[in-house]
Amino acid sequence: MSAPLLDVEGLRTHFFTREGVVKAVDDVSLRLERGRILGLVGESGSGKSMTGYSILGLVDPPGRIVEGRIALNGLELTTLGQEGWRKLRGERIAMIFQDPMMTLNPVLRIDTQMVEAVLAHQRIPRSAALERCRDALERVGIASPGERLRAYPHQFSGGMRQRVAIAIAILNRPDLIIADEPTTALDVTVQGQILSEMQSLCRESGTGLIWITHDLSVVAGLADDISVMYAGRVVESGPVDDVLDRPMHPYTRGLLDSVPSRNAPGAPLSQIRGMTPSLLGLGEGCAFRTRCSRAVDACRATPAARSPAAGRSLRCVNPVP
Amino acid sequence: MSASPALVELRGITRRFGAVRAVDGVSLEVRAREVVGLVGESGCGKSTLGRIVSRILEPTAGERLWKARPYREYEGNGARAERLAIQMIFQDPYASLNPRMRIVDIVGEAPVVHGLIAAAERAQYVASLLARVGMDASLMRRFPHQFSGGQRSRIGIARALAVKPLFLVCDEAVAALDVSIQAQVLNLFMRLREELALTYLFISHDLGVVRHLSDRVVVMYLGRVVESGPTAELYAKPNHPYTQALIAEVPRIDARHRAYVPIRGEIPSPLDPPGGCHFHPRCPHAFARCREEAPALREIAPGRQSACHLNESRTP
Repeated sequence: MSAPLLDVEGLRTHFFTREGVVKAVDDVSLRLERGRILGLVGESGSGKSMTGYSILGLVDPPGRIVEGRIALNGLELTTLGQEGWRKLRGERIAMIFQDPMMTLNPVLRIDTQMVEAVLAHQRIPRSAALERCRDALERVGIASPGERLRAYPHQFSGGMRQRVAIAIAILNRPDLIIADEPTTALDVTVQGQILSEMQSLCRESGTGLIWITHDLSVVAGLADDISVMYAGRVVESGPVDDVLDRPMHPYTRGLLDSVPSRNAPGAPLSQIRGMTPSLLGLGEGCAFRTRCSRAVDACRATPAARSPAAGRSLRCVNPVP
Repeated sequence: MSASPALVELRGITRRFGAVRAVDGVSLEVRAREVVGLVGESGCGKSTLGRIVSRILEPTAGERLWKARPYREYEGNGARAERLAIQMIFQDPYASLNPRMRIVDIVGEAPVVHGLIAAAERAQYVASLLARVGMDASLMRRFPHQFSGGQRSRIGIARALAVKPLFLVCDEAVAALDVSIQAQVLNLFMRLREELALTYLFISHDLGVVRHLSDRVVVMYLGRVVESGPTAELYAKPNHPYTQALIAEVPRIDARHRAYVPIRGEIPSPLDPPGGCHFHPRCPHAFARCREEAPALREIAPGRQSACHLNESRTP
């Protein structure tokens, strides 16, 4: 069997701050095959974005990857060094951010920015690069792409800007796209359009996609697999249907139960008590145990990841039956 | 229609910002103890309307009524309690609390200024409010930055409750919160409604949240109301093509591996809205009349209204 598109094993990204060590990513393992979509779900501070940045080699001091492997098509990334990583970014791995204005330079025309992204990785004539930019814009549903190429970012609406950011991500036909909450700031009807485009893109080109989000319902419609993160760790993962229909980790279960549409209208929502812990100086043990109704003494030791069923992984000593 | 009187009534409210008509001829009633959900996408005018209801903004045209009398009749010192009866809960729990003030001052300032309590009673009063929103009174000497997003939301709610309001305008009040915290705050809203007999205008882009909380839903598109009705009926059988699209697009946990069939186009610029029905360029059912004439909001069933020409062509 060939190597999977992405194989992350035991990744730890820690931040060494003056106040202490923040374990933003703490022993995370992920696997993604070509053309598949992985939903990486968690609340703010769960480490989901930092996992994405780690895969792209975008962790800045005082943070660094202290342990673990990241293999893309069998190629180990953590030993590449900054130069090697830079060659991969935008070529083999691309990123889409929540705010497209983070990706787009406000004072440059779209064509300038897009052509630069092509020529940074390939020696082809400018006209061929422009042609590719036009194709990419068309691919993400932008009408009259030739004309729009000469526009500035502020001349686009929020949804259109996000489309441009996606077009830039697919320019060099990457193997892997990491999308960090790309539709959170968009309206529902525009979100639907972008989800649909990303879905067909992966199916047709074989690009693997990691969709980082706090919204379980988006993942339900989009992803093949799901990994749920809490306080820097993947607490549960598996195929979307399995995890959402039969959640085993009390946190996953609690999140699902608190979604309004799964409660009778007007009835009190089932809620997870307490609040997300600070990652600073988070001690031993399951980080969820203080909020968990199923916590037992054994939760004081950090639970190891185990596989309770084929394709699933779980970090809990007292799972939901 | 139920017999209980309207607490707030808007008649033909229009608000312009320069050339933009953010709100365009909106009429709306909220009855006592009712929760009305106001939904729509960004730029539809829902927040502007909420600010007009809560007196933060004046309308360019139209009439606002509180307990069946125009807002302007509640000026002057004698009507202070009536003016305070409408309070607002804001979206961003980080931006809506003064970072240099302690919680006891943030929550306790308005009731002292308005003479609801004596200055000496403040700490005790704030403690009772914090208890009501599920917070420990020992935290009142702290500053906003020492709290999480969910706790800040509770502080914002306690501040609004401090002047004994009857009516809360909640503008995206849970949008900034994590899922697990959002459920806690929604539960708090529902509990307070019962305990204090409150009425809400609940503004949100999140149709799942609105469905859970509201008795009635009002849908806006580009400054106009396109549909309104009792929550269960409107979600089960949306009438306006825009409402239909909106409800169809909402991602749901039980809709797996779905093939998205998205609605065309984006919300047009409010600077230059399409003529006729604002929705016609995106509507799958649009015909000639939709491009020329704006449809009026008409009753389509008891308690239900919709602004769509299709309803007229269906009836003989």
